[in-house]
This record gives sequence, C-alpha cells and structure tokens, in this order.
Amino acid sequence: MIRYSLKRLLSLIVSLAVASLVIFFVIEVAPGDPASFMLGINAQPDTVAALRAELGLDQSKFARYIEWVSGIIRGDFGTSYTYRTPVAEMIADRLWVSLPLALYALTLSTLIAFPAGIYAAARRGKGGDMAVMGATQLGVAVPNFWFAMMLVLIFAINLRWFNAGGFVGWDSGLWTGLHSLTLPAISLALPQAAILARVMRSALLDILGEDFMRTARAKGLSKRQALWRHGVRNALIPVLTIIGLQFSFLLAGAIIIEQVFYLPGLGRLVFQAISARDLIVVESVVMLLVFSVIMVNFLVDLAYAAVDPRLRSRT
Amino acid sequence: MSFKSLVLAASSALALAAGAASAKDSIIVAMQLEPPHLDPTSAAAGAIDSVLYSNVFEGLTRFMGDGAVVPGLAASWEISDDGLTYTFSLHSGVTFHDGTTMDAEDVKFSLDRARAEDSTNAQKALFAGIIDVSVVNPQTVKVTLSEPNGNFLFNMAWGDAVIVAPESIDDIKTNPIGTGAFKFANWVQGDKIELARNDSYWGTPAVLSSANFKFISDPTAAFAAMMAEDIDAFISFPAPENIPQFEADPRFQVLVGSTEGETILSTNNMQPPFDDVRVRKAVAHAINRQAIVDGAMFGYGTPIGSHFAPHNPAYVDLTANSAYDPEKAKSLLAEAGMAEGFSTTLHLPPPSYARRGGEIIAAQLAEVGIKAEIINVEWAQWLETVFRGKDFGLTIVSHTEPMDIGIYARPEYYFQYDNKGFQELMTGLNATTDPGKRIEMMQEAQKIIADDYVNGYLFQLAQLSVAKAGVQGLWTNAPTQATDLTSVSWAE
Repeated sequence: MIRYSLKRLLSLIVSLAVASLVIFFVIEVAPGDPASFMLGINAQPDTVAALRAELGLDQSKFARYIEWVSGIIRGDFGTSYTYRTPVAEMIADRLWVSLPLALYALTLSTLIAFPAGIYAAARRGKGGDMAVMGATQLGVAVPNFWFAMMLVLIFAINLRWFNAGGFVGWDSGLWTGLHSLTLPAISLALPQAAILARVMRSALLDILGEDFMRTARAKGLSKRQALWRHGVRNALIPVLTIIGLQFSFLLAGAIIIEQVFYLPGLGRLVFQAISARDLIVVESVVMLLVFSVIMVNFLVDLAYAAVDPRLRSRT
Repeated sequence: MSFKSLVLAASSALALAAGAASAKDSIIVAMQLEPPHLDPTSAAAGAIDSVLYSNVFEGLTRFMGDGAVVPGLAASWEISDDGLTYTFSLHSGVTFHDGTTMDAEDVKFSLDRARAEDSTNAQKALFAGIIDVSVVNPQTVKVTLSEPNGNFLFNMAWGDAVIVAPESIDDIKTNPIGTGAFKFANWVQGDKIELARNDSYWGTPAVLSSANFKFISDPTAAFAAMMAEDIDAFISFPAPENIPQFEADPRFQVLVGSTEGETILSTNNMQPPFDDVRVRKAVAHAINRQAIVDGAMFGYGTPIGSHFAPHNPAYVDLTANSAYDPEKAKSLLAEAGMAEGFSTTLHLPPPSYARRGGEIIAAQLAEVGIKAEIINVEWAQWLETVFRGKDFGLTIVSHTEPMDIGIYARPEYYFQYDNKGFQELMTGLNATTDPGKRIEMMQEAQKIIADDYVNGYLFQLAQLSVAKAGVQGLWTNAPTQATDLTSVSWAE
C-alpha cells in the first residue's frame, strides 16, 4: 500500500510539473504584452521598456517560468501585472464568491434533477416521462445566459425581488449574501439540472433491468420500494461522477453568468486578466484548477486502492 | 414561515435598507471598465481617470466639464516673456488625505517623477519640454521649459499630471492618496470602488458624503441594472440602442454630449496600395459617414472630415472634402490603376463603434470594389499586430486623447504618415502661445491631413450617459475621461 501510494504520489508530481510547463508556455504564446496594454497608444517606447523592466518582463521566458514555479512551491503565486496585488490574495477573494455560487447552483441543480430523473424513470414512456424529458431537452438546449436575462427581467426589473446583479458581500450577512447570489445560481443550475436529470433517468433505467432488481421484486418488494431501496442507490455512482465534473465547471466556467450579473468571481477575474494579458493571473488560476483536479484524482485512486486490493498489485 | 413569505419579508427588508441608503447624499455610479490599478500617472487606462480625476487627485490646472482649463492646485501663475518659465503660486492650506501638507516639494516630486528616465507615465510626452522644476518657497514652484509650449497649461490638466506625494507613492496603486474633495475608502476588486467625502478639503466641499463606482461590462447587464434602479447613473452607457427607452421613461434622464474621440478608419500609409493618395481618397469617398453613425451608433455621433473635435473653437468643417460619392471613388481607383479593385484587411478591436462600424464600412468599400477582410482582434492583439507591428491595411479606432492632431507629425506612428510640412507646422504650433495664431495653425493642420486623406475620418464619438432623474451636476461632455462628482447632488 505504501509502495502504491508513493507511485501515485510520484505520478502526481510528474503530472503537475508537465501541467505547469504546458500551461505556462501555451498561455505565453498569446500575442500581446501587458506593459503595452497598460500604457496605451501614446506611450513612448522607453516608457514601455521601463514598465517591462519594472514587471520583470524583460527576463527570458524560461527564467520567468522557473521563478513562477519556484514561487508556487513556496505558496507564492506572484504579483498581478496590472492590479499589482498578490495573485494568491486575488484568487482567495474571488473564491469567496465563486465557491459559494458553485455550491449553491449545485445544490439547486441536484434538488431539481433527482426528483425529476427518478420520476421520469419510474414512469418510463408515459406522459410524465415525456414531459420531464421535453423539459430537460429544452434545458440543455437553451443557453444559461438567456435564462439569466429572463430571470433578471422578471424578478429584478418587474417584481423587484432581487437586484439585477452584483454581490453585496458576506459582511452584510449570510442571508443577504445568498439572496444576491440566487438569480445567478438558478441560471447556472437549470441547464446543469437538465443534464443531471437525464443522467439520473438513464442510470436508473439501466439498473432497473439488472438481475438484482428482478430478485428484489421477486422477494416481494413493490416496484416503488425496489426503485428506492436498490435502484436509486446504485444509480448514484454515475450521477455522482457527473456532479463532480459539474462542480469544477461551475467553479471556473461561470464566466458568462458572472458577466451578466457582474459578480466579482473567478471567471470574471480570468476574463479580465486575459484581455489585459495579465498572464501570471491566468496561469496561476489555471494551475490551481489543474492542481485541484489532479489532487481529487489522487485521493480517489488512493480510496479505490484502499477498497479494492486488486488495484494495488496491478500497478 | 413559508418560502414565499420568507422571500417577501426579505425583499421588503431589503427595500427598507435601500430606502435608507439613498437618503440622497450618496450615489452609485456605474461604468463599463474597471481600473487596473489606481495610479493615474502610470497607465493609459481611462477607467482610472474616470474614477479618480478631480475626485481624488488634482493637478496644477484642471479641465472643467466644458473643456476649459482652469486653475487647480495652482491658484495663479506667471509666464516669463520668453515663454520659458512658469511660476506657479499654490493654494495654501492644502493637505493630502493622509494629513500631510501639499506644497511645492510635492509638485517638484510629481513632475520630476513623470519625466524621469525610468518613468512609467503613459503620456510622458506631456512633460518632454520640462528641463527644470525648482522650489522657490513652499507655496511657489518654478518650471523651466526648453522651448515655449503653448499647450503647457493644458498638458498640466491631464490626469497623468496630477500631484502625488512621495510619502504615499509606494502604495498608490492600491491606496491612492490625493488632495481632492473625495478620498479613497475601499476597493473590492472586480466589483466596486468606494469614495468618501474629504471633510478637510481646501476648496468647495462636495455635496455627496460618499460615492460608489460599480463596474458592469456587459451591455445587457448595464441596461438591467439601470432599469432595476440598482444604480443611480451609468457613465458612457454601452448600448446606444436602449437610449430611446430611457429617454421615454420619466424615472431617468439621458445626457448626450461630446467626447475627444475622433473615430477614424486608420490607414497604413506605407502599405501599397494605400501609399497612393488617390487610393486613400477613393476610400474616403466610398464611405457614407451618416450611414455609419446611424447604423453603428444609432444616430449618436457627428461626422468629421479631419482629425479634430467639432466642439473645439478651432474646428473647420471639412466633411465636404470626403463627401460620399461612390462613382468618384471608382474613377479614382481606375486612375490609380486599380479599376478592378483590390483586397485588404480590416482589423476591428472590441468596442461596438469598431465592430458594428466595421461591418458597414466593409460593405460600403465592397460597393466600389475594395474587398476588406474583417479580422476581429482583442486590444492586446491590436496593440501587438496593428499598433506595434504595423501589419494591417485598415483598422477602426477612436483616438480619445484631447487635442491629439500632433500624432500626424510622428512618421513612426502606426498609420505612418510622413509629411515634412506638417511636422514643421506642429513644431511651430507648439512654440506659439498667441491664441489667434494658434487657431490659424490648427486650422491649417486640419486642412493638410484632410487633403492628404491620411485616414478615413468617420465621426466624433458621442458621450452617452444615463442617470436617475434626480441626479444633477454630472458632466454631459467628456473633455477628458472623468466623472467629476465634486458638484453632483440630488434634486429635492
């Protein structure tokens, strides 16, 4: 087990090193220079050179890569070229919006998808199933920013229940904070819920054809009892996998929703940083996301191995 | 408590809180772009000035809403007879927001910093003529120029020339300390900047006790935020198509003003076939300016015929020089040996004047046989390929710096116009201080570049702002990018 863990750890380190190389050099290929961007079209060439020197951009790409990586190892993500504040601090600030928003959206999407998916599977081929499937088809097809605009039109402009956008900050209380994240969370959740409901339904339908379901029915369980006791629990495995994927998407993929609701989240930070060629911010955010995904995989590998001894000997 | 009643209770609590907050001595102002940092003296980003100019930072002179240059921190000045020495008398009793005194030493520090070798001032050229700044006494500072400069007091009014203090310069990018009627309070990056009234302001104190700047880049979100009354004013409203809706709504007022932005179809004067003046002239006659203003800007904008702002007293209307005449354009092309037309590129940066205007121009050029391939670029890409690399045929840009006709005297500037006569005229203009003479020379300059068809001159960008009906004292025009809140208040 220790040997296996060490092997996994080694492959984790190699993956991170390769990822850091790819991220850094792919992003640095983008045309554009943060110093020219900052100084605009009236700047004199010597001014741009002075700013490049001040930002450390006059060093070679390789030297900057080494500096960036060695900084990350020490927990220092460097300083943003444009904002001139530590990148780690900026990311932490934005996570306070993006993380709760992602969790909120995920909770909503699960709350919608589970009952809908189970209901549809239980009524396979009947009117209820058709209705749910039709609705999810729509949910998958309609982009989330359109939902967002509709929600703003109805609940912010007409009914005035919510602000049209912005985040009030957690200082003003948990409820007020959640309230200002509600419309964005719903618009993020609806398309995700549609996907999740379809996965839930098809996973359940697969399970319903399994031998153990027939056995359960043969033992005398009603259709509903068998569905809940044996079906749903087994269908959870593919569903949880999808939820995991959706979470990382929601964390960084909410760029458009963050624009529509002008939320100071991680997606908006990346968006602004890309247009200003504040590449160190982009690289650090991407690296952080890669790190979290690789880390989760590593832990899952260890968990599998702990459960299933065959995996240990195979590697 | 049911969910519905919970929501209702919460929203009424919010409404109460909102009602209390708008006790009409604070304002929430929105704009599209967030400042990258808060030092107006080391970046070109207009967003920095939009938040801080005149509110937090002040210079020796300053712009007023009508474009006039008036005394700022300098109460008065004397100009020597040879035009080389400016002796500024500073207001007394001026303090920075950290309590330190603003005196001649700070002025010397600020000007020397801006013109230093390692300066990162985006408009370093404004300070190029200064050869010495010396402190006469704490209230008096003497600036010596290498040659007379008729623009000097105008230059000192720019946001890039504001007075900063050596004590606070290290943190200026995140904690700006100025002398203005508002002091910086807080910045939630990606979200908002808060200003609070400076109660020990040397001049007329601000009416508002606080101001919040919010950053909403998406045009649809801007519209929604305004309609939901989440914000009190939106400066440079990004969706001109929504303006009529605000005009019809008694809750709002629309401010339509002018900017310093000459929007031009920049032309690479060194790239064939644009090195032939007949081809550039053909392009100029192929463009229907009013159609672009109507189609891309929903009617807001003034057609121009040269690189000069129509509201400037020295403006000459030269639009007839490049009147819309496709037949003439075709015959000019034939004359230049291009009867079959030609292909070129049209680089379009993100603003809607460029993207929407570009589509229309490409269609108009196609009418006379010029195939312009549209290439959409981000600003960073535009700066790299078009501006620095000069690898383009045509591009659309609004040049927003005030009084920037001088760029035509720089042959290395991206559109690469090289005319010795024009360059001499500009050198002469800089050295001239007599106002009448200066106007004559500026008119001459407009005519030269119009006759040379250096670029396709399109229209002067309009400043469109939307505010709640009760807001008064906002600038209508934008002589510089600023949101001067010092005299803004709410109507009773």
